[in-house]
Amino acid sequence: MQRVRVRYAKRGPLRFTSHRDFARAIERAIHRARVPIAYSQGFTPHPKISFSSAAPTGVASEAEYLELGLRERVEPDRLAKDLDEALSPGLDIVEVVEALTTDSLSDRLTASHWRVELPGVAVSAAAEAVAAFVAEQEVLVERLFKQGRRTFDVRPAVHSITPVEGPDGSIGVPCAILDLVVRQVTPSVRPDDVLSGLRAVADLDMAAPARVIRLSQGTLTPRGEIVDPLALDRDAAVVGNRLT
Amino acid sequence: MRGESVFPELEQLLPLVSKPIQYVGGELGATVKPWDTASVRWVLMYPDAYEVGLPNQGVQILYEVLNEREGVLAERTYSVWPDLEKLMRDNGVPQFTVDSHRAVGDFDLFGVSFATELGYTNLLTALDLAGIPLSAAQRTTDHPIVVAGGHAAFNPEPIAEFIDAAVLGDGEEAVLEITEIVRRWKAEGSPGGRDEILLRLARTESIYVPRFYDVDYLPDGRIQRVVPNRPDVPFRVHKRTTMDLDAWPYPKKPLVPLAETVHERFAVEIFRGCTRGCRFCQAGMITRPVRERSITTVGEMVKQGLEFSGFQEVGLLSLSSADHTEIGDMCKGLADQYEGSNVSLSLPSTRVDAFNIDLAQELSRNGRRTGLTFAPEGGSERIRRVINKMVSEEDLIRTVVTAYSNGWRQVKLYFMCGLPTETDEDVVQIARLAHEVIKSGRAATGSKEVRCTVSIGGFVPKPHTPFQWAAMDTPEVIDNRLKLLKQAINSDRSLGRAIGFRYHDGQPSLIEGLLARGDRRVAAVIREAWAMGGRFDGWSEHFSYQRWLEACTNAGVDIWWYTTREREESEVLPWDHLDSGLDKEWLWKDWQDALTEYEQDDCRWTPCFDCGVCPSMDTHIQIGPTGRKLLPLTVV
Repeated sequence: MQRVRVRYAKRGPLRFTSHRDFARAIERAIHRARVPIAYSQGFTPHPKISFSSAAPTGVASEAEYLELGLRERVEPDRLAKDLDEALSPGLDIVEVVEALTTDSLSDRLTASHWRVELPGVAVSAAAEAVAAFVAEQEVLVERLFKQGRRTFDVRPAVHSITPVEGPDGSIGVPCAILDLVVRQVTPSVRPDDVLSGLRAVADLDMAAPARVIRLSQGTLTPRGEIVDPLALDRDAAVVGNRLT
Repeated sequence: MRGESVFPELEQLLPLVSKPIQYVGGELGATVKPWDTASVRWVLMYPDAYEVGLPNQGVQILYEVLNEREGVLAERTYSVWPDLEKLMRDNGVPQFTVDSHRAVGDFDLFGVSFATELGYTNLLTALDLAGIPLSAAQRTTDHPIVVAGGHAAFNPEPIAEFIDAAVLGDGEEAVLEITEIVRRWKAEGSPGGRDEILLRLARTESIYVPRFYDVDYLPDGRIQRVVPNRPDVPFRVHKRTTMDLDAWPYPKKPLVPLAETVHERFAVEIFRGCTRGCRFCQAGMITRPVRERSITTVGEMVKQGLEFSGFQEVGLLSLSSADHTEIGDMCKGLADQYEGSNVSLSLPSTRVDAFNIDLAQELSRNGRRTGLTFAPEGGSERIRRVINKMVSEEDLIRTVVTAYSNGWRQVKLYFMCGLPTETDEDVVQIARLAHEVIKSGRAATGSKEVRCTVSIGGFVPKPHTPFQWAAMDTPEVIDNRLKLLKQAINSDRSLGRAIGFRYHDGQPSLIEGLLARGDRRVAAVIREAWAMGGRFDGWSEHFSYQRWLEACTNAGVDIWWYTTREREESEVLPWDHLDSGLDKEWLWKDWQDALTEYEQDDCRWTPCFDCGVCPSMDTHIQIGPTGRKLLPLTVV
């Protein structure tokens, strides 16, 4: 069985696709594109698709990942093109690489880089809130889980949070932008949890819904960089080619 | 500017509502055309939530038929849930299409397909959110022409005030004809305004324009007559019938949603119409005659549809799919073709005979024998004669036992409650039947694992059926019968444990009955119920019986007069001027036959019994077999 790793994006209006919705869509796309997907054994065989932590519904992403098991070998670039054509525009395949390493893809996804746009929030107000947030050791927020309401600390998971220059004032409405790197922890800390944290520490007024996009996901280095999770497989492929 | 996207405004609201994906569009198979490339623009609506509306075949077919034409554009809209409705009102966002997020009010034509009358309040929400006056009389040339279709359009009188026109029957050719009339009128500079375009539509004699007809009432409240109020429109409006389904192989590009919907499958209509003659069944009466799609067309549609959509399930749909003359070869051929491919085939099976099991066996070669459904509809032989559902108890037991013996462990049995002449005893007989099913199943399989589910629907008398004159029972009577039935099922604990019991209480059926057989005076009730917050009345969690009763009181409408009153032969019915092809005298005769428990055969296999449809509509039965096989044999 060939294993391939897929990076895909959730863009524009289709960022409202939930993880369940996407799971159905990719399965259909696989059938449309006649991808030779492998099936699990048993009475109700399931296609071999495994997803890594998905961005929340409503959050756009340039870096979502999944892995496919195939019964026949397929050329990764060809697969990327076929799958992309079989998906609705806005659900886009960014890259496919053959899995040439044995460690799990999910284990490589230790952090995410997010960009958070806050329409209606002045850059100065956002900067103050961020400063207050960073100064805290612990920032407790509440979220509704399947088991009920739960309070948890979001501060330790936030590796960095930085206000960046945005199109403030140029379109009449201020819009602060935050650059956010958050570690993958349990329970997961999502960008809206961090925003809840800003609200908690600085009473930041956010009337309009935030626009959030995941820019990248990968392994967080001690220096604070996020390493492309497909790099290892890509490198292995290059080495492999050189050997043959 | 007309045709502009409202998505930037809508986008702000979507993070605040549940399941936002349903409002976003982006389906495979969706068509987005630039506004200016079309001279006639349709918005099509199924007035229920996206998850129910999207799979609707009627809308999908018309959407594709229209968009295939150059210069014509069609988009879709569905009912928004109350959470989004409130936000749209607060933020001034109009009812929008999911394709290009254009305002519904910008289109030329607004076609709404009604499968059930309980969607009427959702029509009002959509009109109101679109900024279209609820009353057709208040609309100007700036507003879309609101056209009702679907089965409920065979009596559109309760919504006559809210619609500009109604199309009876098949829509494929009708929408193209309407498009052409509107195109010409617009090209001429829209002469004569709204009245003129509606008049041109009415002159086709197959499009009903309520405003050109007046209804007079007798002192006792019955209708005296319905007559045109101008000389140039027809006395009666006739239904449309699409002949030769092979020439209309739609949908070719089924819509594949991102959101989860009620049917996740590619559906192919294998024939239209039904002459089994079940007297309660409006669909069977108004869609005559039977027109089959040939085995080869079905095979090609399945192949193309699956390739296009990536669906893993195919539904072979019709009113009684096992009756297709080529159904055996069709099922075997498809099962051969898709064996080992993870594609599953389904046949909504309502016919109660052994042949059905043969078909089901073909379709479940992969070994998944999860459930089979049969619809005896009535619990006693007597009531089955009344409704003309010719199934003997012996047949039913034999069929179900065959299913159990062939590996099925679960069968579902559909029945109705509240049928004309029904007594408590007729309904309690359902329990005896279910007990027999389990006993025989256990005997045949030697296993205690066999189960059956008894599912009960409330009977609602519908226009253009032999039961259009019948009185409904009150919800109290229905609920009491269901209680007796439940007790009877559980009277034997061992058998009762193997029987599931599912039912709906009688209240929604009564309201459906009011709306189904109502006249123009019922419009005030719909408007009132809507103003009081009525939305999504087909959903039990949104339906409120009390609200409807209050709305009746406020509107001065006696709900019992419309529902529990039996009509006489001479009474003018609100839909008499709408021609489904059925001869009213024949319908009355069939009603009398029902009361004397006299059965009527199917005209596909016995001589014509003069229901009137074929001669009056100039149509004929189109059935096979064609003698062809599913696909040409390929050399390996």
